[in-house]
Amino acid sequence: MGTLKLLQGNEACAEGALYAGCTFFAGYPITPSTEVAEYLSRRLPLIGGAFIQMEDEIAAMGAVIGASLAGKKSLTATSGPGFSLKQENMGFGMLCEVPCVIVDVMRGGPSTGVPTGPSQSDIMQCKWGTHGDHPVICLTPGYVQEIFSETVRAFNLSERYRTPVIVAFDEIIGHMREKIEIPDKGVLEVENRKRPTCSPAEYKPFDETKGDVPPVADFFSGYRQHITGLNHHSDGFPVNAHPRIHTDEQRLIRKVEGNRKDIIRYETFMLEDAEVAIFAYGVSGRSGKNAVEQARAAGIKAGLFRPLTIWPFPEDEVAALASRVRAIVVPELSLGQIIFEVERCAKGKCRVEGIYRVDGDPITPEQIFDKIKEVK
Amino acid sequence: MANVQVNTAEKIEATENAKVKISIIPRYCKGCEICVKLCPTQVLGMEMFLVKVVDIDKCTVCMACELRCPDFAIFVDKK
Amino acid sequence: MSFNYDQYIRGGKLPHIWCPGCTYGIVFKSLLRAVDFLKIQKDDIALVSGIGCASRLPGYVDWNTLHTTHGRALPFATGLKLSCPDKKVMVISGDGDATAIGGNHFIHACRRNIDITTIVLNNFIYGMTGGQHSPTTPVGHLASTMPYGNVDPNFNIPDLAKGAGASWVGRGTAYHVPALDKLIIEAIQHKGMSVLEIINACPTTYGRRNKFKSATDQLLWMKDNSLPITAFDKLPPEKTAGKFPTGVLFKKEAPEYCDTYYAMVERVRKPKEGRA
Repeated sequence: MGTLKLLQGNEACAEGALYAGCTFFAGYPITPSTEVAEYLSRRLPLIGGAFIQMEDEIAAMGAVIGASLAGKKSLTATSGPGFSLKQENMGFGMLCEVPCVIVDVMRGGPSTGVPTGPSQSDIMQCKWGTHGDHPVICLTPGYVQEIFSETVRAFNLSERYRTPVIVAFDEIIGHMREKIEIPDKGVLEVENRKRPTCSPAEYKPFDETKGDVPPVADFFSGYRQHITGLNHHSDGFPVNAHPRIHTDEQRLIRKVEGNRKDIIRYETFMLEDAEVAIFAYGVSGRSGKNAVEQARAAGIKAGLFRPLTIWPFPEDEVAALASRVRAIVVPELSLGQIIFEVERCAKGKCRVEGIYRVDGDPITPEQIFDKIKEVK
Repeated sequence: MANVQVNTAEKIEATENAKVKISIIPRYCKGCEICVKLCPTQVLGMEMFLVKVVDIDKCTVCMACELRCPDFAIFVDKK
Repeated sequence: MSFNYDQYIRGGKLPHIWCPGCTYGIVFKSLLRAVDFLKIQKDDIALVSGIGCASRLPGYVDWNTLHTTHGRALPFATGLKLSCPDKKVMVISGDGDATAIGGNHFIHACRRNIDITTIVLNNFIYGMTGGQHSPTTPVGHLASTMPYGNVDPNFNIPDLAKGAGASWVGRGTAYHVPALDKLIIEAIQHKGMSVLEIINACPTTYGRRNKFKSATDQLLWMKDNSLPITAFDKLPPEKTAGKFPTGVLFKKEAPEYCDTYYAMVERVRKPKEGRA
């Protein structure tokens, strides 16, 4: 039996990071994610870890990568405006294969938007925010307990696949308080990146002969490596106009796309015999669950597909779903973003209907239930 | 006098007299002429856009050329 | 008694990328001599750079090297330093990289007085991208984006660093090489944010456009237009007009950021536990 607590979602995120072995946080104040920073500013010093509030989100992302290169599990947390600023350095983390976790507590956008209101309208930015082709893992918890466990999972995935991992949840869940059980140490698996076992002379920081996820050494550990944001050879030195760039970027993408089974997680609710499915994550998934209950009570066979991993997108699962149901309803706190992916995977095999809301309030179960009645 | 060409086995043009030895690595010299112009005793000159020792006996081993060469292309060793 | 650069240079990387007459190679060699003099172990040094001509320097040297994004060397270095406070972390940056896009990080690293040796190679221009004016390009001078003469006022980097809180500020030039060695040594030894501006020559995109017939002329310009700070302070204004002071321009004792942070950690932790 772990420790029971009543925690805010943002605090649960911080607890998840601590559980996963995070010892470095760099951030910048921004509603609605600041509590992650505040919580860690109290807890990290107590374990000898490093906390720093940088001058802006760009700097925070840079510091996180610097700390990770020194071997520390590092975290940053932000919201839309800061998430936009972090993109270039996140791309550096992806190309240079630096394990770290970026939390985006989504608020009304664009621009300053609705700082204290929820949104799910950064979800495409999570995938395509930074320029160029790049691997993206993005997890979307819907409950405070899940924010804890998905943050632990995010660290494990970032260490396992040596790549930045995003945890995206909206303001409501970030600020909501719920009962949470924090497992004892050792109950949840905590993973660490592969370090090299070869001699420093043989070591290459991006050695694809060691597999899609090459071992990486810590700075100052005797493996004097060169890390550059330029496309690079396996030894880390710059390369341009060379077939290696193509094969290397394919390897980066393959690290994620080739391991979908391991990375993709989702919850289903009464989906087995469903004729109308709801595809929803985060707070919209919570309303969706209640809508399913209302529909079932009204004799309508509805079910919920709630992804915990949004990138890489659960393509096969949605394609299979589309061939079994008459319609998929996609409630999202945006004017339609993740619905594009659902439609792409459904390939016209069923109706796909969106419910969009960007007025600072969540989509209600009733709104979803009405749509179910409309499409059944 | 171990310097850059030890592990890279670069071709060296050495000129010496009893007092000093000046080594030039032609592959590294980019012909910027800084050493030629700043040599206080005109020991060096240019030939086909590369530095050349023209009068080693004028060398006072002041090291200006080695210190000012941006390209690791010239080394001076006092005997 | 030529210096053995071999021990520091990564095999097969020379000749380097910098143009004929670019003085960055001079500074690079001075940096190697300084580190050698201080006997710092290669495993214990990290050299971090941003983007630009100067940023390619770490690739050539056999330390822990990191070539980051434009203007962001100092934040990456801060993450490294705060994680490994007992290691030597240095940043090499250009005038644009450090004071234009990197300006916000520059002043905050100075404010924190974190122990990072920050070397700013000032060649008055954005060289890598072909000669656009930078925050240090002199007013009236030509650049690819100032074809009619630069109208932008410019920074005095040492003043900026001092004003922002750096506890050691110096300026050297690519001409005064022995003095540069000493300045780099002192900058590295100093505990706290040390900012060393080094005046450099970019013949290709700056010198060519601004009436310097050769790199050597730019070096001689440095010789003729600079005065050691010791002399600079004693001379009357008419003697120093148009000249810039070199040497250790400012120094103060100030708490170093990591010391302060980890002292707080020790204070709040139970006495028996050490650092994570």
